[in-house]
Amino acid sequence: LGLCCAPSCYPVPLSSEAGGGERSWILVCWLLVSTQVTLLSMEEDIDTRKINNSFLRDHSYATEADIISTVEFNHTGELLATGDKGGRVVIFQREQESKNQLHRRGEYNVYSTFQSHEPEFDYLKSLEIEEKINKIRWLPQQNAAYFLLSTNDKTVKLWKVSERDKRPEGYNLKDEDGRLRDPATITTLRVPVLRPMDLMVEATPRRVFANAHTYHINSISVNSDYETYMSADDLRINLWNFEITNQSFNIVDIKPANMEELTEVITAAEFHPLHCNTFVYSSSKGTIRLCDMRASALCDRHTKFFEEPEDPSNRSFFSEIISSISDVKFSHSGRYIMTRDYLTVKVWDLNMENRPIETYQVHDYLRSKLCSLYENDCIFDKFECVWNGSDSVIMTGSYNNFFRMFDRNTKRDVTLEASRENSKPRAILKPRKVCVGGKRRKDEISVDSLDFSKKILHTAWHPSENIIAVAATNNLYIFQDKVN
Amino acid sequence: MFARGIKRKCFDGEEDIEGTLAGFKAIPSYNLKRQSLLDMSLIKLQLCHMLVEPNLCRSVLIANTARQIQEEMTQDGTWQVINAQNTGQASLDQLASSDILCRSTKEQSDGKLIPSYSSFSKDFEDIQSQDIISDLSTVTSVQASRNPQGNVWEMENSPENRGNFQKSLDQIFGTLENKNPNSVEDLFSDVDNSYYDLDTVLTGTMSNTKMGHCDVLESFSSQTTTNSNINELDHIILHF
Repeated sequence: LGLCCAPSCYPVPLSSEAGGGERSWILVCWLLVSTQVTLLSMEEDIDTRKINNSFLRDHSYATEADIISTVEFNHTGELLATGDKGGRVVIFQREQESKNQLHRRGEYNVYSTFQSHEPEFDYLKSLEIEEKINKIRWLPQQNAAYFLLSTNDKTVKLWKVSERDKRPEGYNLKDEDGRLRDPATITTLRVPVLRPMDLMVEATPRRVFANAHTYHINSISVNSDYETYMSADDLRINLWNFEITNQSFNIVDIKPANMEELTEVITAAEFHPLHCNTFVYSSSKGTIRLCDMRASALCDRHTKFFEEPEDPSNRSFFSEIISSISDVKFSHSGRYIMTRDYLTVKVWDLNMENRPIETYQVHDYLRSKLCSLYENDCIFDKFECVWNGSDSVIMTGSYNNFFRMFDRNTKRDVTLEASRENSKPRAILKPRKVCVGGKRRKDEISVDSLDFSKKILHTAWHPSENIIAVAATNNLYIFQDKVN
Repeated sequence: MFARGIKRKCFDGEEDIEGTLAGFKAIPSYNLKRQSLLDMSLIKLQLCHMLVEPNLCRSVLIANTARQIQEEMTQDGTWQVINAQNTGQASLDQLASSDILCRSTKEQSDGKLIPSYSSFSKDFEDIQSQDIISDLSTVTSVQASRNPQGNVWEMENSPENRGNFQKSLDQIFGTLENKNPNSVEDLFSDVDNSYYDLDTVLTGTMSNTKMGHCDVLESFSSQTTTNSNINELDHIILHF
């Protein structure tokens, strides 16, 4: 896996919390996920993990398997994990700060790459199970090793990523190459000693949680008790204990007795960040249900039900589709939830169920294009949304490699673009604007010129700093703020 | 062209459902576009049903949209009914969506289809290859033959027809159900059916060879639960 980072020209001071609308964002790293590049990197010396820039720029090496399908920072922000359509997980590690190379802070290098899921074939149903990684969730670090959950449509796996920098040398029964020694030649006894070796990062699957989902898993969420987690598919949510792989508890089941009556599916689910008994799940009808696991074993009856009444003036045949929630995220404080539907991002106060407290238009200019977007299936795209560390700014993606940030305090928003053509390393990202009608200004782009094949579905925000990761097809961009 | 005082409605996301019937009738393009949207929805359902494991969320949303259109069409009386005795060309053209559901490639290649099918299939191919919403002229030729059928049939049979449409959607979900059994018994009991269904799909054969609209609707209403699984797929096979 290659890393393409241009050297910076000036040191970047530590960020202070301020609105995303006022800040300037600069490109820190651009990383191209490519199968071919990965194969090459495995043969190279570990010390030279950086690959020739010119090789990376050859996009012909990109394949569909390299499309990034999930991005997630760990709890400290030191690691950034991506999953792709080919079932691989790539973990990036933040460059350590050093006095000599202050400018390199904020850059991420490849730390580990492994094949998490393989394509499977369900022989009973004659179905191929995609290896695409739908979600990655980190566990909080409890020892020297890192743990993460990764899932495809059917199976969740717990991976342990650990470093090895010593190896035992001086075995009695085998020589340095590992070949067994002739016992007749052994005349002395020695104790093997640990000697330093080149750092090796290895990933091992510690648990495989399989055969619990009939439908496609769309979400996983680690509980704040760090002992359990949940996995949600279209119709059911299961609760797992990390130690037990052959059993899970079903806590939500919305499958109707008669499938012909099915009109609503689960689209996303998440545990409350602080209360281990509380979780939410969203539906294709634009509703969010908050459930308390203490109330009953099967949480089919919600504790709270969040739904905004429909706006009659905006009603159309597409109203339900665009109200379908594609992502739901608790704020770090646990006081709010954010939901993403096709055209908007909404912030809800847990104490108010009848409407959101804030609504942000992501790309309202698409409202008049819904029929075309229905025809080309773009209307079913599932965009994700993220909070920043202080819950003051929210971010989500759009088309044409645009992504949007909304400052909840200043009410300012900005549209930025993640593309190689438009961002030089360390150059400040220029805000973009979509022209909705009338005269198009020089820097604006008209709605009809938008490239709907370039969609930013997955983004991530560092837990405490203003560093963001944006996935655009098989490219991963890391941006950092630059305080003016 | 438009009655005075009635707002010209832009179809994409802005029409006012609570508008009067008179308003709808005064804007023929709305009906046309609504019908196109319904056709598109049913085509999408069929196509995603042909995938071995369809995206359930997408299928549900499309089906709900189609159901919504059908309900509105029923309410304002534009939902066309195919009478079992009426085998006229006009009526056969009307239920474009059911035709999609029922045609088999075998009959097409054998030339057994009556001329109206052939003309429609060509129209359908045109629709497929072009933007459905923009190519109104193609749909118009199908729509034009609707008017001769009076509202008599619609009013009399609309509840039943609504049920028929509902059933066709239900059958789609019924077969989705078959592909996703949730118990060991279901797992094994459905194996043979699903294999049969897959086989049926691949070879293009169907148990019901007389695939006129009339037959289709008759079999809709005469569903028996024992053979429901097989019958369901029979009516949901899409061939070009």
